[in-house]
Amino acid sequence: MTAQLEYPDIQDSDALLSVQGLWKVFGPKAQRVPRRPELAALDRTELYAKTGCTAAVRDLSFDVAPGEVFVVMGLSGSGKSTLVRCLTRLIEPTAGGLFFEGEDLRAADEKRLRALRRSKFSMVFQHFGLLPHRKVIDNVSYGLEIRGESKPDRRRRAQEVIDLVGLAGNEHLYPEQLSGGMQQRVGLARALANDPDVLLFDEPFSALDPLIRREMQTEVVRLHREVGKTMVFITHDLSEALKLGDRILLMRDGAAVQLGTGDELVGAPADDYVREFVRDVQRADVLTLRWIARRPRDGEPLDGPELGPDVLVREATRLVLEADRPVKVVSNGTLLGVIGDEEILAVVADN
Amino acid sequence: MAAITSDVEVEVRRPRRSVVVGVLLVVWVAAYFVLRGIDTLVLGGQETTPLHRWLTDHRDDVGQGNVFFEAIRIVVDHFVVLLQNVISQPSFDRPVPVIGWLGVVAISAYCAWAFGNWKVAVLTAAGLGFVGLQGLWQESMDTLALTVAAVLLSLLFAIPLGIWAGLSNRAFRVATLVLDLMQTLPTFVYLAPLTLFFAIGPAAATIATLIYAAPPAVRLTAHAIRSVPPESVEAARSLGSTRGQTLLKVLLPMSRSTVVVGINQTIMAALSMVTVAALIDAPGLGQTVLKALQTLDVGVAFNAGLAIVVIAIVLDRVTTAAGDRPWRTASLRRKVLLGAGALAVLVAVWFSRTYVWAAEFPSDANVGSRIAVVATDVTNWVQDVFGGFTYGVRDAVTIGLLNPLEALLTGSPWWLVSAVVVALAAVLGGWRGAVPAAVCLVLLVATGVWQDSMVTLASTLLATVVVVAVGLALGVWSGRNRRVDTWIRPVLDAGQTMPPFVYLVPFLALFGTSRFTAIAAAVVFAVPVTTKIVADGIKAVPVATVEAANSVGSSAWQVISKVQLPVARRAITLAVNQGLIYVLSMVVVGGLVGAGALGYDVAAGFAQSELYGKGLAAGLAIVLLGVMLDRITQAAARRTQNFQNRGDMR
Repeated sequence: MTAQLEYPDIQDSDALLSVQGLWKVFGPKAQRVPRRPELAALDRTELYAKTGCTAAVRDLSFDVAPGEVFVVMGLSGSGKSTLVRCLTRLIEPTAGGLFFEGEDLRAADEKRLRALRRSKFSMVFQHFGLLPHRKVIDNVSYGLEIRGESKPDRRRRAQEVIDLVGLAGNEHLYPEQLSGGMQQRVGLARALANDPDVLLFDEPFSALDPLIRREMQTEVVRLHREVGKTMVFITHDLSEALKLGDRILLMRDGAAVQLGTGDELVGAPADDYVREFVRDVQRADVLTLRWIARRPRDGEPLDGPELGPDVLVREATRLVLEADRPVKVVSNGTLLGVIGDEEILAVVADN
Repeated sequence: MAAITSDVEVEVRRPRRSVVVGVLLVVWVAAYFVLRGIDTLVLGGQETTPLHRWLTDHRDDVGQGNVFFEAIRIVVDHFVVLLQNVISQPSFDRPVPVIGWLGVVAISAYCAWAFGNWKVAVLTAAGLGFVGLQGLWQESMDTLALTVAAVLLSLLFAIPLGIWAGLSNRAFRVATLVLDLMQTLPTFVYLAPLTLFFAIGPAAATIATLIYAAPPAVRLTAHAIRSVPPESVEAARSLGSTRGQTLLKVLLPMSRSTVVVGINQTIMAALSMVTVAALIDAPGLGQTVLKALQTLDVGVAFNAGLAIVVIAIVLDRVTTAAGDRPWRTASLRRKVLLGAGALAVLVAVWFSRTYVWAAEFPSDANVGSRIAVVATDVTNWVQDVFGGFTYGVRDAVTIGLLNPLEALLTGSPWWLVSAVVVALAAVLGGWRGAVPAAVCLVLLVATGVWQDSMVTLASTLLATVVVVAVGLALGVWSGRNRRVDTWIRPVLDAGQTMPPFVYLVPFLALFGTSRFTAIAAAVVFAVPVTTKIVADGIKAVPVATVEAANSVGSSAWQVISKVQLPVARRAITLAVNQGLIYVLSMVVVGGLVGAGALGYDVAAGFAQSELYGKGLAAGLAIVLLGVMLDRITQAAARRTQNFQNRGDMR
């Protein structure tokens, strides 16, 4: 919850999607929980014992910038899937503000909401959510069909995205005839078909084998590069979060624990929970020199090689170890610090 | 550990339930010897109570002249008559129906092929050809016309109701409550009150049938809608589907195969009800069976019963095949074939309207009378050879078990029986069992047919004991043995699709007209459902649990008695519940072949106008018995489950 204070967000004007003090409480008379501070302060078990309610999302605030890949991470039951459904009001939030391009989503009526879902948002689901009675191409064009586009138009568009996600040749198969990875490509194609501004991913790859998962992650990175959509990506897999996310929101029991870039999470964990969470990460692959540079000691030679602060530790290892004097970390001509063998080894040997 | 201590606590607090039940029964028997003959509420065959006479006098007040019911009756009647004109009765100034046998066979086989596959199409043609050869073409077509009319009207209400119950939680709760009650009532029970509103005849029979047959379609449609994966629905919503689009493009297509299963069950229920509705003058095969049963003509009854079975098998297989058809859209080749088939059907229909041989089923083969003769011969032979044995079994069971039980129930004062039943219900099911039991018993006394109810109850209880014993043995066997299961299940499935009427015929041949005949038929009728539920319960016991028991060296019997049966006890209580309900419905139908009591009262009520009121009261008594037995066993099942849960939580 302190995350927002430590890491100032992008300004409101820049945000594509803005979430302010969002709550989702399940249970009887859920409305009262966010309203009454003494209830809002209770933890999960106390809240349930006292009111029979469960707060899946607690007082969350964050902004998503255009073109950003925003990852929400947490263990199962942390409320991340509820959160992503609240963003398009598939689940109705209990309290808080929700703004898309400055428009108040919570004030939108059913019709407006439908229009937004048809053109601005798309979602990819963990278990794909495909329609088993439709062929691949009809699954992909479903979103176009319900917004009333003509058959030739939607066929053409569906074919484009099918080619884009690498499904060409499978158009006339039924979902059950495809492997899990291919099925999720159909889910991805369906989400891309109506050319949304924001793609929401709800743990899209956790039902897949590790090999396929890695392939699909690469696919998402590629798509992000090619089509440049804003993405909100839910996952419980830290390496996936670090691989894909520009910024990561770590959730626990419905509340935010920390919000920041991957190296911020690893380099400066907000509390023990985050520290425990990121403990097994290959730190050398995540941390940049910025995080391990130290102030030069007195009398240390300052004529070693120079490196930028955003260079990964792994990439700098060889140079630092081969150099006979400390490496300087320099940003725009200012010396941020130096790095010697022991700093590098502390990170690399930690793994 | 926790579970053990909780068991100890229960035992310390009060004695085991079985001990209490035993003590109660002993006290009852002791009291019987002191009090027998007092307050037994005897009512002779032709005797009536003021309530019965009042009902008889006012029978016309409700239905006759009431515009609302009359309108419904006329609409349904026209629909049924239309269908009969098309396929079974001479119509439109012609001596034959609109479509003759060739046309009907062609259309049926074509539909079976289009919705199912070519195998069931062949089966359909063969089945219809067979009943034609039996000399029962017109009766079969009457039965089919009534069934089709009832099913179509039933689905008209059932599917939308099912969709509603699938979408709304509140509607689902209400529907479950009502459907549970409806399914505990035997077929017989629907007939009596409906004659009040709709008189007798095909229309009343169709209305009774459509009400009786609707529950499975409602239930399975609701279930199908509810079991569509939530992600598919969410995906549709997240793309901006309206409610209508979600329903039409996602929920309904994905529910299709389960809804077809519901339609299958509705059709089977309708066929069974249409045959029983012969009692209120519905035309068709049921009429033939009923007349033959009344004249004890086993041969003719067997022939007609066989035709019902054949039609049941055809309808069941075709709808099952239709449910199994995959999603795929038809290939071009299939489309062409379907078109060609449609042309052939048109030609066949034209033939059947033009030539007499294609319109009226040729009667020269006359397989039916030969079947009847053979069946009669076999019956006589069986009675000659095994008569001593079968009649001996019958008499031994009747004298040794049935008579004492019946004497205990009918000879005890009504208040003693009631007290014992309420006490048993309280012990087994807590207040949830005791309160409904008390209410039902008071109302039973009020119906004036207390003694007949007790006779029916005695037969029901005896048959249920046998059913549970056999069902447990078979169920455990097939639950533990995959091979047995694959052999036994089709037999059980087939058994469940037969109308109850048909079961009486062979037992009539074996045991003559007696209470025992009804009991034996009831046992055979109810064993399949009991076995199935037990087998499913045993199979649902986690494999790991059984492996754990085996790994500590349990014998097979120890695994069954200490692990599988206790874990599956909720399924077993449900099996007892279903067994009871099935037995009750059969025992009542058995009133036609000498079981007497409530079933006879109802049938007599249809036949003799002065006994109408008594028949209606007897119908009500059947409902009360059914509800009482159902509530007690349901409450017992719920209690069993509660104990389990409490053990889990500690």
